[in-house]
Amino acid sequence: MNSREIEIEDLLPLPEATFHILMAVAEDDRHGYAIIQEVATRTDGMLKLSPGTLYRSIQRMLEQGLIQETAERPAPELDDERRRYYRITSFGRAVARAEARRLAQLVKLARESGFVPGRA
Amino acid sequence: MYRLLLLLYPSSFRAEYGEEMCRDFARNRQQASGFFALAVLWMVAIGDAIRNGLAAHCDLLRQDVRYASRTIRRAPGFAATVVLVAALGIGATTAVFTVADYVLVRPLPYLHSERLVRMWEARPGYLQMELSPPNYLDWKAMATSFEVMAAYAPWSTSMVGQGEPIQVEGANLAADLLPMLGIAPAMGRWFTVDDERSAGVVILGYGLWASRFGGRMDAIGEKILLDGDAHTIIGVMPPEFSFPQRRAQVWRPLRFRPADLTNRNNNYLGAIARRKPGVSLEQARQEMRLISARLATQYPKENSALSATVANLRDQVSLQSRTLVMALLAASVCVLLIACTNLANLLLVRALSRQKELAVRASLGAGRERLVRQLLTESLLLAGLGGALGIAGANAALPLLVRLVPTSLPMANPSIDGRVLLFAVAITVATGLAFGVLPSLRACRDGASGLREGSRSGVGGRKERLRSALVVAEVSLSVALLITSGLLIRALWRLHAIDPGFQQAGVLTLRTALPTPKYEKVVQREAFYQRVLSGVRALPGVQSAGFTSFLPIVMRGGVWAVDIAGQNQQRSENHTASMRFITPGYFPAMGIPLKLGRGVEESDGATALPVAVVSESFVQRYWPGQNAIGRSFQIASGTRTIVGVAGNVRVRGLEAPSEPQVYLSYRQMRDGNLVWYAPKDLAVRTTVNPTSLTAAIRAIIHDADPQQPISDVQTLTEIVESNTASRRVQARVLGAFAAIAFLLAAVGIHGLLSFSVSQRTQEIGVRMALGAKSGQILSLILGESSRLAIAGAVLGAGLGYGAGRAMQSLLAGLDPEDAATFATAMALAVTMTLAGSLIPTVRAVRVDPAVAVRAE
Repeated sequence: MNSREIEIEDLLPLPEATFHILMAVAEDDRHGYAIIQEVATRTDGMLKLSPGTLYRSIQRMLEQGLIQETAERPAPELDDERRRYYRITSFGRAVARAEARRLAQLVKLARESGFVPGRA
Repeated sequence: MYRLLLLLYPSSFRAEYGEEMCRDFARNRQQASGFFALAVLWMVAIGDAIRNGLAAHCDLLRQDVRYASRTIRRAPGFAATVVLVAALGIGATTAVFTVADYVLVRPLPYLHSERLVRMWEARPGYLQMELSPPNYLDWKAMATSFEVMAAYAPWSTSMVGQGEPIQVEGANLAADLLPMLGIAPAMGRWFTVDDERSAGVVILGYGLWASRFGGRMDAIGEKILLDGDAHTIIGVMPPEFSFPQRRAQVWRPLRFRPADLTNRNNNYLGAIARRKPGVSLEQARQEMRLISARLATQYPKENSALSATVANLRDQVSLQSRTLVMALLAASVCVLLIACTNLANLLLVRALSRQKELAVRASLGAGRERLVRQLLTESLLLAGLGGALGIAGANAALPLLVRLVPTSLPMANPSIDGRVLLFAVAITVATGLAFGVLPSLRACRDGASGLREGSRSGVGGRKERLRSALVVAEVSLSVALLITSGLLIRALWRLHAIDPGFQQAGVLTLRTALPTPKYEKVVQREAFYQRVLSGVRALPGVQSAGFTSFLPIVMRGGVWAVDIAGQNQQRSENHTASMRFITPGYFPAMGIPLKLGRGVEESDGATALPVAVVSESFVQRYWPGQNAIGRSFQIASGTRTIVGVAGNVRVRGLEAPSEPQVYLSYRQMRDGNLVWYAPKDLAVRTTVNPTSLTAAIRAIIHDADPQQPISDVQTLTEIVESNTASRRVQARVLGAFAAIAFLLAAVGIHGLLSFSVSQRTQEIGVRMALGAKSGQILSLILGESSRLAIAGAVLGAGLGYGAGRAMQSLLAGLDPEDAATFATAMALAVTMTLAGSLIPTVRAVRVDPAVAVRAE
């Protein structure tokens, strides 16, 4: 709606659910239920988004311009016509990248403090 | 099932995602196998809906508040007006309803207060007389309708030993009185029946305990001197307790002397009783009638005409206070109505100007519910701000309003009543919704027409008529308020024009209540008066000084029957006079003129001829047109010979008729007799500012008797003004309401006319292009507003007439149809309306036809 007024930095740090949703739609357009499943698969079942959290996040992300509803449909045999599909926007990608950088920076700092085991 | 849970979400959210959420849930349910898994699924779903539903609501609220504050910032003038108008309505109503609640509605803060009754002796012409001790004891013994009956007698005493001597108000209470009221002491204990027999215990008020005993817990058991007698403190009452009047701060057991128990003409007891459960007021009255009849046959001499008055304690608010509070209620409702009308007007206009904005948003896909929510948030925000301001105002006004409450009501510190506040806020919000949200909604329903180029829906026709009706309502309500407050002010002027019978300027008064037994003998008192008076008269700037039993207005009773030998008197006729013992110097000090003969002099001693100075009204009643000097009469079981005639004094204040006055010599009293009438009020006439002498006079009294308390230091002017103080407060409060109403109406009318003129710019332009002169345009618009003003003024005059009649008891005999008041109020209203329409009219006349026609 008013995504143009929003700067990337205003959105950081991203809520955990938002970041996961962005990652879930990074390659393929997905509908809501598929996002829940995708997030669960990626996190080995550690994170199961509740429908309330999911759709509230989606609503906000649409407003912020991180994702958009898409008119294109996947192959007809896979399609559930009543569902809405969401696609990441370029702004969404930029925000996700910025968040990843922020997290990487954070991990680097943690490693210097000896909090992270492994390659030092 | 799951759909029900979705109701927790805002409906816009539900409309958007509800379907999908249902389907997701259905799929999860298919996968869940077994009861346990299903239960977990549901638990999670419920938790999710509650958490996220709430969060979604908060999201929206944040959005709406942001949007609303942006709108408010864009039109700060509009927002300020709305807030102010709402604040005035809410504040006025809240303050007045709070007071009304105490005076008229709230049960008294006593145990089973709904069954408490007040009792009086009743004689023909006097329905509410205090009880005499023997009658009280007989009633108490004979009556079966009551659980308890308890008497009390007001008491005023000097307290010595705790700092400066002071005079304290209080009461003597029968032992069962405090348990009957059900108010336990904050510390210590109640009186017992044993206390009634043995002298010397006292319960203190919280305020006195805190100020004079530093709030020490160990004050209980301490001994203090009251009127020279030692009293042991046995308790401290809670702060909110005040009985029988608000200033009372000491209580001791009620005790009767043997002489009290036989004298049925000595009426000084107040009595309160509690009806047994199931006994109605009427049944109690019936029983008291029977008892009175029995006592009448037993004591035919004193009790022949005697019966009893029984009334609910709650109803002991005088008619005047009741009328006053009702008048205030009506006034505050008027203000609230005007405020609502004004809000309605403001919001209607606003809604029209926002039609396009809303239509745009609706056509962009904003749901109806979403828009309503938005407008609701905005109205609530404005009403909330108005409410907060209103509460602050009401809080500030309460102390003034409390002065209107009769002091007999136990009302410590009134606080704003939550229910009342809620009521006022609800009305304001309802107004906001009805006139702000609904029109906007209608606008967005026919969004298409709202967007049509040059659309002028809403001007002319129904809405115009509605706005005109609102203006007429505002004008008429404010005229009604102007009339009623005008009547009160006129009544006040009338009272101020009344001559009290003495010269009030430049006189200082104070009270030295001489305690007994120290001053029981006349010679003891004489010595005190001599020392004080000679000292005071020697002060520079003092013209004269004298003592009296009671100053006029301060004390209105002290009335005795008068007997005149040779005049056959009918019992039914009123042959009474207010009796005062005075020292020489009292008449000149008060500025009461001597019309004939002489005043009271030092030579009128105990062994000389008992003399009296009487008022002209006294002579008028018994020897009309004759010379009364040298004639004699009987009063207070003594014969007195008239040596002088003085001017009439308004002993009972400016409003009520007073009995004739009789002044006797302070030296011609008998020891121990009529001690209550011993002169105690000092009046000092000065040529300087009277209060500048206070310290010097205090020092003189302290020299004469270091233990003598001094109280009620005030100027005579203050006494006279206190007589009309409640009226001044009344006039001020109602005047304030009228001013508020007037202001609100002015704002409303100006707003309405500005709007309708601006909406008619095009029409005016066309008219002018077709050759209309600006004079014609002027009269067109002014004519319209004066029609509204006159309609409102006429309606308001009708309302004001009804209100004036209803509050006649407050008008001190002023005719409620007072033409001057009506004319002034109506003229003011018409002037206000015309003035309010002047600016928009001038703007209309200046319209350039070419611009106006091109504007759309």
